[in-house]
Amino acid sequence: MQRNRIRLAALIGAVTGAILLPLRALAAQWNEKAFDETRFPDALKSVGALDLVESEQIELKTPEIAENGAIVPMQVTSNIPDTEKIHVFAEKNPQPLVASFTFRKGTQPFFATRIKMGESARVHVVVLADGKYYTISRDVKVTIGGCGE
Amino acid sequence: MADPMRMRITRKGDVADVKMLIFHPMETGYRKNTVTGEIVPKHFIKTLQAMHNGATVLEVEWSRSVSRNPFLHFRVNGAQAGDKITIAWQDNFEQTGGGEAVVK
Amino acid sequence: MSRMPRHSKLLHQSAVAVLMLVCTAPASASPEEDRKAFMTLFSERFPDVPPQDYIHGSMMLSEDARAQYESIMDFPPFQGDIDRGRAIWEKSFSNGKTFADCFENRGRNVAGRYPYYDNASGHVVTFEMALNQCLNANNEAEFDYEDTRTMGVLTAYARTLSDGMLMEVRVDTAAARQKYEAGRALYFQRIGQHNLACASCHLTHAGRYFRDELLSPTIGQALHFPVFRGGEFLFTLHMRYQRCMEAVRAVPFAAGSEELNNLEYFHSYLSNGLPLKASVYRR
Repeated sequence: MQRNRIRLAALIGAVTGAILLPLRALAAQWNEKAFDETRFPDALKSVGALDLVESEQIELKTPEIAENGAIVPMQVTSNIPDTEKIHVFAEKNPQPLVASFTFRKGTQPFFATRIKMGESARVHVVVLADGKYYTISRDVKVTIGGCGE
Repeated sequence: MADPMRMRITRKGDVADVKMLIFHPMETGYRKNTVTGEIVPKHFIKTLQAMHNGATVLEVEWSRSVSRNPFLHFRVNGAQAGDKITIAWQDNFEQTGGGEAVVK
Repeated sequence: MSRMPRHSKLLHQSAVAVLMLVCTAPASASPEEDRKAFMTLFSERFPDVPPQDYIHGSMMLSEDARAQYESIMDFPPFQGDIDRGRAIWEKSFSNGKTFADCFENRGRNVAGRYPYYDNASGHVVTFEMALNQCLNANNEAEFDYEDTRTMGVLTAYARTLSDGMLMEVRVDTAAARQKYEAGRALYFQRIGQHNLACASCHLTHAGRYFRDELLSPTIGQALHFPVFRGGEFLFTLHMRYQRCMEAVRAVPFAAGSEELNNLEYFHSYLSNGLPLKASVYRR
């Protein structure tokens, strides 16, 4: 008991900002196997995606040519009812699974973030809705700066 | 110690539009320190939770493929002025961080 | 849709205009005539681009690039650096004064008047130099012009105090004109193993691709520094000049050197009349 309290205090001490963190954050799920996969088909399998159906109901915004592969803005909106999870893959990254989002009831199946892409590749978005998997994908070109650096 | 995160919430009707920027190196573990020649170890946020008045609304799993000083934008329904949005994250070194903001 | 030039004829006309500019004897082309000639050339080459868009450099020719810029600028990942600069700007010197005490209007809306020619010293003074003069006047150690952690982040904040201000560099005397001409000469001077001048990329070939880089026009460049490349790496204008010099395999002048101060004097004049915006994202 004492040890846990000390550990907890140390963890809280490590936090900047004056809020008390919910312990749930420490036990949150992270699909290690999927994030470690080096091949896109394996990463798909590891998130459980099967029988993917292409869907125009997923809006994916990505640049045509990424200005800088280290910071590629992207945005996803799923218009598929009962969307529960959205996964993002960059097919040619060393580990293709980039991020996974789980939406609780009342949260819009929408997000925007910025990702790293090592090279030009297809970006795949996979939606889990009502037990089924849907997907949309798009090529994003990444070039290495010439005299820009 | 790292800077705290920044959060910006705008409310349109009962939708809280939440944007945030977290200061975190998100090191891939593939980069070499140009001075020492050593690999900079991977150091990235693995999990993040967003809570609305204490109830979890969004669970995020990130990887080393998310950009440095990561940005996140999401939307929550059923929000009212005075509601709290709380963020908690944990990285692969088991360091944690987070922030809180009030819906206006 | 990009707003790239469609006709090689325009480039030919531009090349002729460039030759006329270069061959004009310094004594006969005033700074204002220079600026107008540059603007005429660029507006003919980029007829659909309004003057206000020149601050976005090559992004003014690519909506795809511009959209990424706007997305990143909505919540810049380099905000931490700007805040560190703010802390330096606001911190009192040992004598109790601050940087704001050295400038008109507490440092708000001043950057557009730099560089200026200082009659007393006979030198061009840049905003960065004025910051160091302020440190010096208050018995504090000056900052290294190439240190992003001090001078870099300080300007990342201090220059934002002039966001929206129009560039209004003045070249009023014969002595000032000499410095302007020295900067102009460097701009047109081929240098380095690659034997290229600033003008080669940013005048003759502005709007064309060099490898995967879309070359920005000279007008608009001096308005938007420091930049954060990749949203991460801070470059002041002089640091950018140095990278360009290295790119053409020339040994760069020191940041804060007389050569680069004079270049900045000429370079900034060309952007007169356009609004400043500091601390922006670039690829």
